[in-house]
Amino acid sequence: MKFTCFHLMPYAAMDMTERDKYPTAWMKFPNSNYNREDGRALYERYIGELVRAEELGFDGVGVNEHHQTTYGMMPSPIVIASILARETKNCRIAILGSAIPLRDHPLTLAEEHAMIDTISGGRLISGFVRGIGAEYHVFGSNPANSHERFHEAHDLIVQAWTRDGPFAFEGKHYHFQYVNPWPRPYQQPHPPIWIPSQGSKETIEWAAHPDRKYTYLHTFSPLPATKRFIELYRETAAGYGYTAEDDKLGWAVPIYVAETDEIARAEAKEHIEVFRNKFLKLPMEMLLPPGYLSLASMQRVMGAKAHLEAEAKIEILIDAGMFLCGSPETVRQQLSEYRKEIGFGQLLTLLQFGTLPADLTARNMDLFAAEVMAPLRAEIATADAAQ
Amino acid sequence: MVQFSARRDVVAGFEIETRTAGEGPNLLYLHGAGGAGSFFAGGDVAPFLAKLAASHSVLVPEHPGFGPNDGPDWLDNIHDVAYFYLDYLAALGLDGVHLVASSLGGWIALELAVRDTSRLKTLTLCGTAGLKVKGVPMGDTFLWNREEFAENFMMNRQARAKFLAAEPTPEQEVIGLRNRQTTALLAWKPRFHNPHLTKWLHRIDVPTHILWAEDDRVFPMPYGEALAGHIEGSTLSVLPGTGHLMQTDDPQAFCDAVTKFIGDNAS
Repeated sequence: MKFTCFHLMPYAAMDMTERDKYPTAWMKFPNSNYNREDGRALYERYIGELVRAEELGFDGVGVNEHHQTTYGMMPSPIVIASILARETKNCRIAILGSAIPLRDHPLTLAEEHAMIDTISGGRLISGFVRGIGAEYHVFGSNPANSHERFHEAHDLIVQAWTRDGPFAFEGKHYHFQYVNPWPRPYQQPHPPIWIPSQGSKETIEWAAHPDRKYTYLHTFSPLPATKRFIELYRETAAGYGYTAEDDKLGWAVPIYVAETDEIARAEAKEHIEVFRNKFLKLPMEMLLPPGYLSLASMQRVMGAKAHLEAEAKIEILIDAGMFLCGSPETVRQQLSEYRKEIGFGQLLTLLQFGTLPADLTARNMDLFAAEVMAPLRAEIATADAAQ
Repeated sequence: MVQFSARRDVVAGFEIETRTAGEGPNLLYLHGAGGAGSFFAGGDVAPFLAKLAASHSVLVPEHPGFGPNDGPDWLDNIHDVAYFYLDYLAALGLDGVHLVASSLGGWIALELAVRDTSRLKTLTLCGTAGLKVKGVPMGDTFLWNREEFAENFMMNRQARAKFLAAEPTPEQEVIGLRNRQTTALLAWKPRFHNPHLTKWLHRIDVPTHILWAEDDRVFPMPYGEALAGHIEGSTLSVLPGTGHLMQTDDPQAFCDAVTKFIGDNAS
């Protein structure tokens, strides 16, 4: 199993009293509440945390893209990934992902990813996402065209990486007479492509297609849903006539480890609850603009509307398997069991979440690396050797 | 009690449903983003349509992509809908039509009329989309939940309460999702307008009535005034005490205003 240390880089200095005057920390929470010195200090700290993840033995570090929100201060993951390309030496750098259909010129992403791949000596993992619903409000991009644009932008980027240019790209939404980017990716034919998603049949059918076989990354969901969608990928692959390898299946989850279960829960409580209830929370109208999901998917999600909009306490998040929290032994056992049961080969750990401060984040990372990741690796190596 | 019946016609490869009632001059009503279904929910005809059908042959088509059925593959933008309705008028052999159109439907009517008014007798535009007035924000309807919708679309408290009391059935939920999806397809970007439309509004050469709600929170009054300024000879009327859904807020005043203008311009 490969371990990626994933970061959202939240604006942890958010004034919660101000925040509570608005329904959400996205889009409409005024940026007059932003403090530039806090912003600077947080970038310094967060980049340091990712650089240290390599020293702690993580296989990779991961960043992503969100706009006009305190949930994540990475409107451009390209900027952070570029820094990591120089500040790290050997680990993978995963952009999970770039919101490709929001762009009117996705070619710039093909260029920027190729640059980072080259500068890092072929260490880039390219994630493609559609962006969450609020970003369609912010960018003005039409959510009803989101799926079409995602597929076209993907085709354009992959062709830009793999076909000799110049060639013309003629799509419904994207037209370019000259596609001929320099540099080309360092990895050949192109960086591995990962598809982060909160679960959709359409996405899995597309990602698992034999022409693509992209790594599917299931993010921040209750455990049964994670299991169901990872199984769906395997079934879909089998339907296409091949066996999906474990490393094509990933799970992204916040994790907190401390000396004992009690200490872990007590220390994490405030920070995971603000992560879920203050940073992440979005009204349905922002989260799911019309056309963002197919009509069938939309009907399914509307059924869970009350659950999505409710406040969640730490116990609920832990019981649902949306948050792993406890002693190293507890978390190691859970991961060992879930890995055997679900069969994911990629684990994305969110070891800083919400307002979790630097000292607790550092200890969480240390304990996870030494007492969860290392023993899990040993356990898997032993099991593999026995086979 | 006026009874509407449904007819089905295939136009541009799409089977469109039109509800019709009444006798008299042809009155084609183009609905807004909420679809036509809500005017006939539970077998009750919306009072404004019943009143119009007392003196006119009223046709209420459900736009492609709205209602219980998926839209056609060719549906991508407002221009597709405008050309579709020009084909529709020809296919049904409708002439001397009094076109009455509301909100999103009004935008379709404007796009249709700048192309060809030969089958139109008059044009009535109610709280219509299609233009952007710089510096005057439109209501961000895509962000409004059910309660905010009622609050912002209706000024008549009884109409509001009646809307909120009628919990949608599962079928109506799906229709609502489809209507919003098609509205986004047509009107998300640019938001509820065509930046080039004002260049060609001078082509509208039939008597035009612009009907606006006193308190329109979707397209505030300056939108009605701007439209009146672009269409020469047009008449702007304001319905007191109404919101964007003026035909629901005050059906009597709405129908009086509509039929008076049509009557004045019938010859």
